[in-house]
Amino acid sequence: MTDDVRARIADRAAQELRAGDVVNLGIGIPNLIPGFLGPETEVYLHTENGLLGVGPRPDPNEVDPDLIDAAKLPVTALPGAAYFDSADSFAMIRGGHVDVAVLGALQVSAGGDIANWAVPGRDVLGVGGAMDLVVGARTVIVTMTATSSSGEPKLVPECTLPLTARGVADVVVTELGVFRLMDGVLTLTELLGDTELEDVAAAVSAAYEIALEARV
Amino acid sequence: MARTQIVSAEEAVDRIRDGDTIMVGGFGLVGAPLTLIDALVESSDARDLTVISNNVGEQGRGLGLLLRQGRIRKAIASYFTSNPEAVQAANEGQIEHELLPQGTFAEAIRAGGAGLGGFYTPVAAGTLLAEGKEERLLDGVPHVLERGLRADVALVYASRADVLGNLWYRKTARNFNPAMATAAELVIAEAGEIGPAGSIDGEAVVTPHLYVDLLVEGRR
Repeated sequence: MTDDVRARIADRAAQELRAGDVVNLGIGIPNLIPGFLGPETEVYLHTENGLLGVGPRPDPNEVDPDLIDAAKLPVTALPGAAYFDSADSFAMIRGGHVDVAVLGALQVSAGGDIANWAVPGRDVLGVGGAMDLVVGARTVIVTMTATSSSGEPKLVPECTLPLTARGVADVVVTELGVFRLMDGVLTLTELLGDTELEDVAAAVSAAYEIALEARV
Repeated sequence: MARTQIVSAEEAVDRIRDGDTIMVGGFGLVGAPLTLIDALVESSDARDLTVISNNVGEQGRGLGLLLRQGRIRKAIASYFTSNPEAVQAANEGQIEHELLPQGTFAEAIRAGGAGLGGFYTPVAAGTLLAEGKEERLLDGVPHVLERGLRADVALVYASRADVLGNLWYRKTARNFNPAMATAAELVIAEAGEIGPAGSIDGEAVVTPHLYVDLLVEGRR
């Protein structure tokens, strides 16, 4: 995946956020989103390891070893930031107090199921906070390329990889276009760049409706 | 005699027995009680341990050292991937493992410490991680029964303690430490500094001293 594709997805996902939102950003493309937020869209970033009010990454000589995000990378805390323990942090998440979670996925199904934590046979063993976030956040935005590195569709009729949760995706932003789950129906609402409808049809194996709102 | 005793790291970890279940704080290595872990690795020979910790340390660091010594029988965690050796040990069956969603992991510890046998959460319903667990509909939403977690010994890290055992955490080094400090028969706290009673404002105390049994002066 090129940086250009990643940036295009992050830029479009950033437009889904509203001033004042409490937002949890996953690792990867979601972490690029702050760079695309205009000054008028001030959001409060939550990281599940115990901080509301995450700021930019510090200069290397100003790293605080006690201050990291969920990717275990150094961050800063903005004025007005608040710290809390992990149990409280996930009580916030499950309790619906986080407005938006933005995260990557391996597959999203036509019904909004998400698979993003396990690939059988691969040397990974960890779920972290993914299941809690997609169940608890009020709005779940998935950022991902439309196809895998081997060219397989990632928007699929049913997830074949282990599920993170059922029916939880609200918006899926890919480099080709934006999909929304409207009354539980996967719907293409926007084409990005010079994408044509045929390009989407070729890259998506899930059934979807088309209700184009605008061309950006 | 004060309820909470101040002891050396070696004396503290000497209380850990073969077959014990231990909780260890930290998100990765941040907020991990590294002085206590080092003492456990170097001066204790307790084996067959069940470790409850978000990660099994990192490769050759923190709990990763205990793993290399073959002293972990079972690990309960949300994210093994930060230590590839732990992933390998689990996948090859050298250690038993239980994977929990991170919020379920944290809440299970809180429940254990609060005297609750378990709780229903919508998280993980219908997934691999709910297999073998009771599922039921609450207000029409599938929930999973998760059991509270308790341990024989908890090892936690706080930036500051007072001599009574009140604890204060710094920034994101707090993570799982406060919950774990409530959920074990013996709670050993490593503190970067230990001050007199009153040195931590009562309104800033996160872990009140009744939870803490042993205090060890550790890394700052």
